[in-house]
Amino acid sequence: MSKGKFGIHGGQFVPETLMNAINEFEEAYNRYKDDPEFVSELDELMREYAGRPSLLYYAEKMTNDLGGAKIYLKREDLNHTGSHKLNNCLGQCLLAKKMGKTRVIAETGAGQHGVATATVAALLGLECEIFMGKEDTIRQALNVYRMKLLGAKVNAVETGTMTLKDAVNEAMREWTNRVADTHYVLGSVMGPHPFPTVVRDFQSVIGKEIKSQLLEKEGRLPDVVMACVGGGSNAMGAFYDFIEEKSVRLIGCEAAGLGVDNPKNAATIANGTLGIFHGMKSYFCQDEYGQIAPVYSISAGLDYPGIGPEHANLSDTGRAEYVPVTDEEAVCAFEYLSRTEGIIPAIESSHAVAHCMKIAPSMDKDKIIVVNLSGRGDKDVAAIARYRGEDIYE
Amino acid sequence: MSDIKSAFENGKAFIPFVTAGDPNLETTEKLLIAMSENGADIIEIGIPFSDPIAEGVVIQEADLRALASGTTTDKIFDMVKRIRPQIKCVLAVMTYMNPIFVYGTDKFMAKCKECGISAVIVPDTPFEEKSELKPHCDKYGIDMVSLIAPTSHDRIKTIAKEAQGFLYCVSSMGVTGVRSEITTDVGEMVRLVKSVSDIPCAIGFGISTPEQAKKMSESADGVIVGSAIVKIIAKYGTECVQPVCDYVKQMKEAIM
Repeated sequence: MSKGKFGIHGGQFVPETLMNAINEFEEAYNRYKDDPEFVSELDELMREYAGRPSLLYYAEKMTNDLGGAKIYLKREDLNHTGSHKLNNCLGQCLLAKKMGKTRVIAETGAGQHGVATATVAALLGLECEIFMGKEDTIRQALNVYRMKLLGAKVNAVETGTMTLKDAVNEAMREWTNRVADTHYVLGSVMGPHPFPTVVRDFQSVIGKEIKSQLLEKEGRLPDVVMACVGGGSNAMGAFYDFIEEKSVRLIGCEAAGLGVDNPKNAATIANGTLGIFHGMKSYFCQDEYGQIAPVYSISAGLDYPGIGPEHANLSDTGRAEYVPVTDEEAVCAFEYLSRTEGIIPAIESSHAVAHCMKIAPSMDKDKIIVVNLSGRGDKDVAAIARYRGEDIYE
Repeated sequence: MSDIKSAFENGKAFIPFVTAGDPNLETTEKLLIAMSENGADIIEIGIPFSDPIAEGVVIQEADLRALASGTTTDKIFDMVKRIRPQIKCVLAVMTYMNPIFVYGTDKFMAKCKECGISAVIVPDTPFEEKSELKPHCDKYGIDMVSLIAPTSHDRIKTIAKEAQGFLYCVSSMGVTGVRSEITTDVGEMVRLVKSVSDIPCAIGFGISTPEQAKKMSESADGVIVGSAIVKIIAKYGTECVQPVCDYVKQMKEAIM
């Protein structure tokens, strides 16, 4: 029987070699997710190691400057390692350890998930190997060194487009090679069941915190929660607790690269069609014969031709909206937030900031927008400088 | 009896794989005809995919070469349909779920039937997801070949009971590609299958030499070879037909 469906999306489209491993992972997750000892161990790591809860910051200057809705930033950039990725890594690596695994592997795009995995592996004493597209190892050279510093082996993937999609391919291939002692720490709400559910659950702490923090500050729910979407883990984590709160608009911001009408984009909901790839049925950027398209975004973390199956379903049902944001818009937002609030956001998160800048001015002043600031932008500074024509290398 | 079963009646079956369109479709056409005359009992025709996650480097590169030469699913079907009368053996298609799904699973199976293709092998569609394929396969009488792996254990009997055509026994962990040694107890895998089904078992992944083929065939009904053939094609390009035929002949003789 097909498992892990979100409407028509999801499933477990993986080679037979991996089926026992993902079944074993699902059983372990079901056994431990409500286990008091596991829950308290994870809570403690989230609190004492990651630094949670992350702040919900009222961006007053930005609010005043845009002159419309009140803007709050969920500061996942202040999480240890500088992004939301750590939440999922702590959960999955702790689980892997409970399962008796001694080695973890992971894919990474911008390097945030790779760094987070390498970090937790170091903390928990797990061997760690990261797969990263060669193109991305160049775009994010500093993160490569960071992972090595943390004791991980980094494999530069030279197949296909040499970006995130190919890193996922290689991590999956490596997992089929060695499942007995190895867990694949998938970094987003994608891939075969149970990954989309497990990753969403470990990231749902973001939305839970937004809800309780905003209740405390404003005594009510937000009107809009928005986040950038590649595979979609920070967005799913921010959205999940609000899905049943129908008054809250959920907006996912996709990477439109040079524009949705230009082939160089990664806007899956805008341009993708239904397909079955990387373990799941969902929307993908692809051609009429089902060949996966080489996508593009200035943001290595959003440079992915698919989207998690739960997002695909939220789009189908209309519960969440997905909007395209171009490179240029994201870079402007990157610069704007740095200048206005003294916060340098990740280029990924800047896609959400950009859309907030578009909609906030026309909203009433008593409305509230929460933007999930999924990561910090230190890693992007050199790339943005180059985008602006300054010849800076890390 | 399906076409597939007949392929296992001439001693142990030899099942070569080629990626259609590598290096171009004209060469594939010649290869299919020549392999069927030189000992192939079933030919697996690979429909290239941009991201073949179960393949090692050799077949990944073949897929990219094929796509770069302009190969599409329709062009492959057209070619197979045209030359089908000249091919003596059974034909199967090997590809990933996405090229089938996006083409239209029903239309894909209808095309298979029209082209005289008897079975489909889809490595990223396990037992749990067979409903995505099987109803369409059944409608056109196409066998959906199931795979079992060294990690399948308790799943083997469940899969074998519902298997069609032949059972693809994956000899090794990891992806496709030539291996110097195969350590899995494939004999035990086959015994588990045979305890619940009389379906023919063919072993694939990692086999390249006549010695390996002979050894593997002792515990199974057939042997599948992909990467070793694709390597010859990569080496000789459009001149690969003769060396591939020599190889196929040698392998079939080794397992007779």
